[in-house]
This record gives sequence, structure tokens and C-alpha cells, in this order.
Amino acid sequence: MKKSDTYLRKRTLLERLRLDVRHNGALICMLLIPLAVIIIFRYVPMWGIQVAFRDYRPARGITGSKWVGLKYILKFIESYQFPSVIKNTLFINLYNLLTFPLPLMFAIMLNYLPLPRFRKAVQMVSYAPHFISTVVLCSLILEFTKARGGLMNSVLALFGVPAANWMAKPQYFYSIYVWSGVWQELGYNSIIFISALAGISPELHEAATMDGAGLLKRIWHVDIPGVLPTFCILLIMQSGKMMTIGYEKVLLLQNNINTEVSEVISTYAYTVGLASSNPQFSYSAAISLFTSLVNMIMLIIVNRLSRKLNSNSLW
Amino acid sequence: MTENPAAAQKARHLHGIRLSTGDRVFMVVNFALLCLIFITILYPLLYVVSASFSGGLMTGSTGLSLIPAQWTLEGYKAVLEYRYVWSGYLNSILYTVIGTAEAMVVQTLCAYALSRKNFLLGVPVMALCVFSMYFDGGLIPGYLLIKNLGMLDTIWSVTLPFTISMYNMIVMRTYFRTQIPDELLEASQIDGCGNWRFLMTVVLPLSGPILAVITLYSAVYFWNSYFYPLVYLSSRSMMPLPNVLREILILNVSASIESGMDASTAAQLAKRADVMKYSLIIFASVPVLMLYPFVQKYFVKGVMIGAVKG
Repeated sequence: MKKSDTYLRKRTLLERLRLDVRHNGALICMLLIPLAVIIIFRYVPMWGIQVAFRDYRPARGITGSKWVGLKYILKFIESYQFPSVIKNTLFINLYNLLTFPLPLMFAIMLNYLPLPRFRKAVQMVSYAPHFISTVVLCSLILEFTKARGGLMNSVLALFGVPAANWMAKPQYFYSIYVWSGVWQELGYNSIIFISALAGISPELHEAATMDGAGLLKRIWHVDIPGVLPTFCILLIMQSGKMMTIGYEKVLLLQNNINTEVSEVISTYAYTVGLASSNPQFSYSAAISLFTSLVNMIMLIIVNRLSRKLNSNSLW
Repeated sequence: MTENPAAAQKARHLHGIRLSTGDRVFMVVNFALLCLIFITILYPLLYVVSASFSGGLMTGSTGLSLIPAQWTLEGYKAVLEYRYVWSGYLNSILYTVIGTAEAMVVQTLCAYALSRKNFLLGVPVMALCVFSMYFDGGLIPGYLLIKNLGMLDTIWSVTLPFTISMYNMIVMRTYFRTQIPDELLEASQIDGCGNWRFLMTVVLPLSGPILAVITLYSAVYFWNSYFYPLVYLSSRSMMPLPNVLREILILNVSASIESGMDASTAAQLAKRADVMKYSLIIFASVPVLMLYPFVQKYFVKGVMIGAVKG
């Protein structure tokens, strides 16, 4: 029975395809331009990844250049920057992931704020930094952390911390990077959790209250389980493309003193590939490949963790 | 929907009767913490505004006060006198307008076509889209492509490749799929209305909120982006505002820009850069700041539609 079933379905699929072309001609027309954009600007570069395995010479073009296999990948692995670049990339990623629950906490806190006006004000203000551009944010960071007259020193002086040039201290680079990101995205990232919290059935809260649960207990046993699926899916998706977004900011915050800790895969690829006076295209492309690798590793790790903890996972 | 979540409101009603001591402590701590967060986010923003009017004088002293010690428009004057700020501004406006227009046309077409349920060929196209969300060619292949297309240092290099943001497209597609009833299309088809006309006369007028959100997202993206302009554009006259900002604020190269100057002029310019830093930041953020209150309620909606996608 099953066999005939699939057979039947196959025939209808072909037929449906033919019908599709006939009836949805307009839709196919609509897709022409977007498809061209996707193929040219997304898939042609993917095909171009092969420069990483060739000795690229501008005169010969991509396919005309000599195939050298893993030469440039091995060159990167054997280079003295390799361990520190990989370590920095992973460290920044993991540190960033640790702050991922903060927007959720912020959303829960807002949820239990009894003053609607104030809550609205907090929300409005907390979304605003999201729209500040990376360049402006980074210049603010540089201005605020200056040794003389920087805002950070003025604030820290209230607590008796001696003034310092914070960007010149490599050990603080990660914290400055991550916490400025929290400042910028806390409110915006909380929007989704606020709406997830609003979707939790009030009856659950009522029942918990009847059973004598206090606010903290209700947060722990009603709110958190309610938003956990959203949280996990977002966490997994985020972890899969973290390094694709973050490097623009790293690049801007880099200076001669902190390169030791701030050089990540993408910025290093940019440095050897396009920023140097002697651009090494193939080498840079080979280095870039490691970004995808790290993204993949992060995606797999977080996905597995999430599945272990509460059976939410992408696959 | 974000304000007054039903659950929380209900909870408050229930607790209006009797709050236990623990709950009361929680409420107070919660309130205090939120005040702290509020101030932490708001203070730097206000500080920048205030500093922009004090001509960098305040930044010399270690003041925490939000009221400028000395009101002055020196900073803004310095900004307006700076040649590259103007060309950067014009370029940014141009790239943002053109880029957003391209993005809206391409994304709308793509999202609408892929939102139709019995469109078989849409399935593989959707798969292509999702795949490209997680994998890309990277910097060098992208650069070589733009170079081979002869688009380096043209407006097309910084707009065309970024016309489709997969995330935005999927959000739009979800909106079309969930908010436009199928019956509408069926009814229009019976009346002899094809997909093109349906899109133009029925779908678009019904999709105000999502079009506003995606326009905002695209515009903010083009307005703020600095990395690809840095890679693809080489001449100074093509540079958008963020790249001009980067030179002045981050690389501090403003003094050496105009070549062949003597040391005292250079020093003077460096001082001018110091004076105008904060004003420049405000100047660059004004367009987004102006848009923000109008679209604020829409982008909350946009985030939530995106979340429904799952």
C-alpha cells in the first residue's frame, strides 16, 4: 500500500510542478530579481571560497590560479598567531554568551514593576542605544575610557578607584567589549522575552498563588519555564553567528596595545587580506574559513547543551 | 502588547490584597535595580548631548554634571566647517535612500512570492535563502566578486549586495502569510486579479506596520554600516558618514588629512577635532534619533513577528 502511495504522490508532484509553472508565472517573475541578487551576491562568493585553496594571482583570475590545496590553511595553523587568535575568538564568544540571560532577567524585572509609566520610560530608553552605530558606540567607549577626563574615571573616582587609561590595559578589553554590548542591546533583546512573558497564561500564576507561592517562586516555576523554549532557540541561533556580527566592533576597538588579546579571526583576515600594503588574498580567505568553523563549533556545543538541559534544540 | 502584560497585571491584582514580606522585599529590590539600570543607560546618552554643547571644555575637567559648565556651539560650528562631514553626510543620505529603496523592492517581491502557499518552486528558493543565513563566502571572495563586477568605489558596491537581509525577508514573509487572509486572494482571483495586482492593491496597503519596520531596519543598517564601505570604497569623496567619523573619532587622523600643512596648523586641527567630537556624534545620530519616536511602536511589533517565525 505504501509503495503505491509514494508512486501516486510522485506523479502528482511532477504534475503539480507543471501546473505551478503555468499558474504561478507571476510569482516566478517576482522571484527573478531577488534570486539573481541571492545567487550573485551570496552564492558566487561561496563558490569563490576556492581562492583559499589556490595561489591567487589577480592576472590569472580565481579559476586560473594554481591549486595549492591546504597550503594556506596549514600556513595559518603553523603561524605563531594561530593559538592566540583562536583563543581570543572563542573567549570573546563565550564571554558574550554568558551575558545572554541578562535581557531575560531584565524582562522579568520589568514584568514585576508595578508602575506602568515608569516601565514604559525604562523600555523606551533601553531600546535607544540599539540604534547607535558601531562607529559611534566605539568612539564613545574610547572617549569614556580616556585617562584624562574620561567619564569612566570620573564615575570610578566616586568609589575611590584611581584613574587609568582603560583601553591601554589589555586585561580589561573583553569586559569593555562585552559590557558595552550589554549596555547597547539589553533593552532591545528583552523585547522578545517581554512578549513571551505576556503569553504565559494568567491561570498558571493564579494557581501558583493559591498554592502559596511568592513572587520569586512564581518567577522560578512559572515564568522561567514559560520562556525557556524561546530562550534556548534564540541562544542557539545567536551562538551560530556570533563572530559574524562582532568583529566590526572589535576592529574599531583595536589599538597597538591590545592586539594581543583583541585580534580575532575576522579582524586578522582583514588585516592580512585587505588592510595590508601587500594583500595576501588566498591566505586571508583561508583564515576566514576558520570563522565558519568556530561558528559551527559554537552552534553544535550550544545545541547539545540545550538539548541535554531541557530538550530544546534546533535538530 | 509589551506594556501591561496580562499575566503581570493579574498577578498584581491578586497581590493587592496581601503581599508577604518576602514579596515586598523583592518588589523594592526590583525597583531599585531597575532605577539603577535606567540611569546607567540614560546617563551616558544625556552626557553626550550635554558635552556636545560644552565644546569639549567639559571633557577636559572631570565633571559628572549633565549641565554644561559653559554653553557653547563651538563644537557644532567646527562640525559644520568640516568639509568631509558634509560630503559624508550627503553620501550617507544617498546610500541610505538608494539602498533602502532597492532593499524594499527586492525584499517585498521575494517575501511575497515565497509567502504563497501553493507555490512549489518557492520551496527550494526558500532553502537557498535559509542556507545563506548561516554560510557566506567571507571577505575575500566577496571583495573579488565586487572587483570583477567593476563595482569597486561605486554606490552599487555598498548597496546592491546588501539588498536582501534574510532575517528581514523571513519576517516579512511570515507577516504576509499570517496577516493576509487566504480568502482575500481567493476572492480577488475569482474577480480576475493576478498576483501582481493583488500584491500592489491588496497586500501592500494592508502591510503598513511591517513595511515601516523593515524600512526602518534597512535604513538604519545602511546609515550605520562602515565596514563594507571601508572595504569597497577607496576615494575620500565616496565615503559615508560613519567612515568619516571613524577617521576623526577613532583613528584621530583628522590632523593629517589635509597634506602639506605645518605643525601649528596640524595642532590646531587636532584641537578642533577634540572640540567637535561629541557634537559630531550627535550630528551623525540625528536622523535616527528623529525617526525613533515615530517607529518605536512598530519595531516592537517587528521583533515579535520575527519571533513567531520559529
